[in-house]
Amino acid sequence: MSDDKQKKRASVPNPDDTAKQPAWREQFPIDVADDEYRSRRDFTKLMGLTSLAFVAGQGYIVVESERKKARGPLPEMDIAGAGELAVGDAKVFHYPDPGDACVLVRVSESEHLAYGQKCTHLSCPVIPQPKEGKFHCPCHHGSFDLYTGEPLAGPPRRALPAVRLEVRDDRIIAVGMAENTA
Amino acid sequence: MKQSHFARSQRMTIVTAILCIVSLIAVLQLWLLTATMEAYLGGNSAVVIPAALASAACFLLNFGLLHFYLRKLED
Repeated sequence: MSDDKQKKRASVPNPDDTAKQPAWREQFPIDVADDEYRSRRDFTKLMGLTSLAFVAGQGYIVVESERKKARGPLPEMDIAGAGELAVGDAKVFHYPDPGDACVLVRVSESEHLAYGQKCTHLSCPVIPQPKEGKFHCPCHHGSFDLYTGEPLAGPPRRALPAVRLEVRDDRIIAVGMAENTA
Repeated sequence: MKQSHFARSQRMTIVTAILCIVSLIAVLQLWLLTATMEAYLGGNSAVVIPAALASAACFLLNFGLLHFYLRKLED
């Protein structure tokens, strides 16, 4: 330590003796030498709080997940007649909630498929293109496989949620959403 | 004002080490949160509870470091 610094340090009153403190001490109670230690310690405490915030975020996901499970099995919903759509045609319906748009596509004489219509990138509605064998998202040119819902190109990384279908008495019934365990 | 058992330079070294560890764990928790959110939105809810437990364990580690070591530094 240089002589100048040592002199300056010597001129600082003893912090233990409150009676000997100059007036400025009230506004600047922390010594320069202690400042870096204290700011680093406070930043460490802030990181601790950030860590707690991440736990709260995880807790929120758990609560949402449990609430979803507690709702029980999804209701069944009649979507369309088995012969209502021509091969290659599509129909939009809302399942399981009125705000959840889904799209039903007839891919062959005997096969219908249905997926959630929200793109898994930024929730734009996807457009079925059965001739190309895909769903296309016009917002960022993402595309999904028509038969699996898996992303094929563009920014989406998650598959479209698939709707489980059953055919009963010539009617197509939505019976739930397929669980993705991938 | 209490005087620490540690010299000023030692306290700085210790608090810097704790800061590095706490920051690393917080970054790990951030990754865990984004991965869990991604999986949950993708329809996979099996990872939700294990990820929450792992994140809580990370927080307890951070809390331990902050509580015991910072307190010890200033006692």
